[in-house]
Amino acid sequence: MTTAPTSTPSTLPPTRTARLTGAAANYIDERTSISGIVKELGRKIFPDHWSFMLGEVALYSFVVILLSGTWLTFFFQPSMAEVHYEGSYVPLKGLEMSIAYASALDISFDIRGGLLMRQMHHWAALLFIAAIGLHMLRVFFTGAFRKPREINWFVGFVLFILAMAEGFTGYSLPDDLLSGNGLRIIDGMVKAIPIIGVWISYLLFGGEFPGTDVVARFYSLHILLLPAVLVAALGVHMLLLIINKHTQFAGPGKTNDNVVGVPIMPVFAAKAGGFFFIVFGVLTVIAAFFTINPIWNYGPYDPSPVSAGTQPDWYIGFADGALRLVPPHLETVIFGYVFSWNILLPLGVLPLFLGAVAFYPWLEAWITGDKREHHIADRPRNAPVRTAIGAAGVTFYAVLWAAASSDLIATHFGLGIEMVIHTLQALLFIGPVVAFMLTRRICLGLQRKDREIALHGFESGRIVRLPGGEYIEVHEQVDEYERWKLLAYDDYQPLMLRPNARGQITVGERIRSRLSGWFYEDRISPVNQRELEESSHH
Amino acid sequence: MSKKTTSDRSGRGRNTGRRHPLATVALLAIGLMTTGGAYAAVTTAAAADETASPAVTQSTIDEGQVLFDANCASCHGLDAAGTENGPTLIGVGSAAVDFQVGTGRMPMARNQPQAEQKPAQFTDEQVTALAEYVASLAPGPAIPDEEYLQADGDATNGAELFRINCAMCHNVAGAGGALTQGKYAPTLRGVLPQHIYEAMQTGPQNMPVFNDLNLSPEDKADIITYLKYIEDNPAPGGFRLGDLGPVAEGLFMWIFGLGALVAVTVWLTAKSH
Repeated sequence: MTTAPTSTPSTLPPTRTARLTGAAANYIDERTSISGIVKELGRKIFPDHWSFMLGEVALYSFVVILLSGTWLTFFFQPSMAEVHYEGSYVPLKGLEMSIAYASALDISFDIRGGLLMRQMHHWAALLFIAAIGLHMLRVFFTGAFRKPREINWFVGFVLFILAMAEGFTGYSLPDDLLSGNGLRIIDGMVKAIPIIGVWISYLLFGGEFPGTDVVARFYSLHILLLPAVLVAALGVHMLLLIINKHTQFAGPGKTNDNVVGVPIMPVFAAKAGGFFFIVFGVLTVIAAFFTINPIWNYGPYDPSPVSAGTQPDWYIGFADGALRLVPPHLETVIFGYVFSWNILLPLGVLPLFLGAVAFYPWLEAWITGDKREHHIADRPRNAPVRTAIGAAGVTFYAVLWAAASSDLIATHFGLGIEMVIHTLQALLFIGPVVAFMLTRRICLGLQRKDREIALHGFESGRIVRLPGGEYIEVHEQVDEYERWKLLAYDDYQPLMLRPNARGQITVGERIRSRLSGWFYEDRISPVNQRELEESSHH
Repeated sequence: MSKKTTSDRSGRGRNTGRRHPLATVALLAIGLMTTGGAYAAVTTAAAADETASPAVTQSTIDEGQVLFDANCASCHGLDAAGTENGPTLIGVGSAAVDFQVGTGRMPMARNQPQAEQKPAQFTDEQVTALAEYVASLAPGPAIPDEEYLQADGDATNGAELFRINCAMCHNVAGAGGALTQGKYAPTLRGVLPQHIYEAMQTGPQNMPVFNDLNLSPEDKADIITYLKYIEDNPAPGGFRLGDLGPVAEGLFMWIFGLGALVAVTVWLTAKSH
């Protein structure tokens, strides 16, 4: 990459800097053989589509998190020993609190630039996970998780979980009222697990909640173990991204065997570098002007008070919402042991939901029986059932998410909180079904429209009167480039139920064929060559 | 009035004998005359409220009664003993009336889960007249002394008391919160110190009563100090986003943060036509 300046026309003698760079590049290459990697990497092609840059937003906000987080470690002290606050925030002066909270306050009020850094770190964390979520949705709805990218989908899912774990441990560190309330909920969930729950809780907190250890323990996890695993998984994610190459949307000249776009060097690197600074800048502006987690309002943690409007950060909201939506009184007492289903139910359902997200690529591959490699991203409408499943999942998640702010929905829209809860409880079950059916119908409708446009062109809005007196609207044909997008997608058939080598039809096969039928029985076939030729004749 | 009580207290506390021998007699005489005069003016014995302001006259009470009969009696009854539409006001004191009418909650616009704050329907004089009339029916909590409303107490103590006693409904920053059955704890921003004090003392709507044994007048003054501190000082971190906590923050990041960056990605990948 650094040798680029030497490739200027040979008629000019290389400048002094160019010679120096050349020599330096050569020095490094002779000792590391790095040129191979640089050549390979520099030629990695990125197709141009805005939705392909969402992962980058996550990556760059992670860099901001690393930088600001490192800065915060210089001043934060993860100790739960008690001190009297002597800093400059008046309404807390003289109050007894943990060193962790006092140092977080000092960062906010008495260390130059501290509040900006704290707010940047926290805002960047919210952006990081939001960008991951949007990136995952993009990959899901375009089918970019299909072979050969299933493993990378799973690695990405692990990154998502790690990011949430990072977020939660970080949320607990300042040892303010809000973080303590959050920890208390986790403690309650852990304790609800039959038999081992109480043991785990005592192990985690080093005694009865809240104890004096948890901040230091979460600090180790937050700055050491979790980031290490996260960076490693990120490395694997990037590596697989390069090995698998990038997907692209169908278009003339864009096939399953190539990638059309700009190479990393120099175009994409310049763009991406610029984009990094834009992300950094946006986060800085937000951190400079908008308060996040005003720990000084919450006061030191004390197990007795709980504030109205106590919520987790947005990415844990779905779990909080699940707890809020479970009907009360769901408890069984067996031999004097209480089983709190109102906690165990969400604790069981949420991992199922997350598991479905993690293993969806294999599930779909099994149902469709599709073993081919796919490098062309689907338009969501061309996979109606997958898109509908995605919409149902998004609805399910969104209802849980909304439930986490049920109290604010009630106050801000002038509703009764019971009504909000009951509506959301019903929506949790009805919403995904309705979303599934609606989305599938809309997808099929859009496909039908595409087919119509490909065959007969689009309505031009121009009305012509024929010599015979008849009025017609002129249809204009779409150009070749546009038509390509409408035609290029795979046509699937439901799997036939066939006996295996031993002449048996297994139960698994029956389920599979049933599911495959559900996936593909309603479908719009892409326009084939014959239809296209026929249509062009009239 | 407040000055009188303090001098009374200190006088009894340390009997140094530095005063004129006749001072006690003079004080007694003044006290008796004031009490007697007030008694003469206020015919009903019940009006002998310990902290009734000297401005209380029969004419104010009469004016209050006229206002009461015209505006309140339809629900609270002509004798203020309550009907099936409204509770009795015997013994609620002038503090309750000053809070409910002074913040516009009463008269209620319609039957709803709780009376909402709205522009006050009466002038300050009319509110006072109403308060004095209701106070004249039976003793009850009076409008608080000015000395507790200065917001010059101990903010740290106030903040801690607020978190323990108030934050579960009103939120740590006084932004308000939801209650059951369509009721809610309102925001405490922009509420007059007098009204905050009266609310604690009388427990309007769904609020519990924090009497003087529960939160002493000094504690109440400290809470007011804290609320006024966070109201009057600029937020350290920039715009507050309503002090609503992580929900507002998450919404902000999704809509404005991620929204802005998605706009940038669209711009970066836009093709020139």
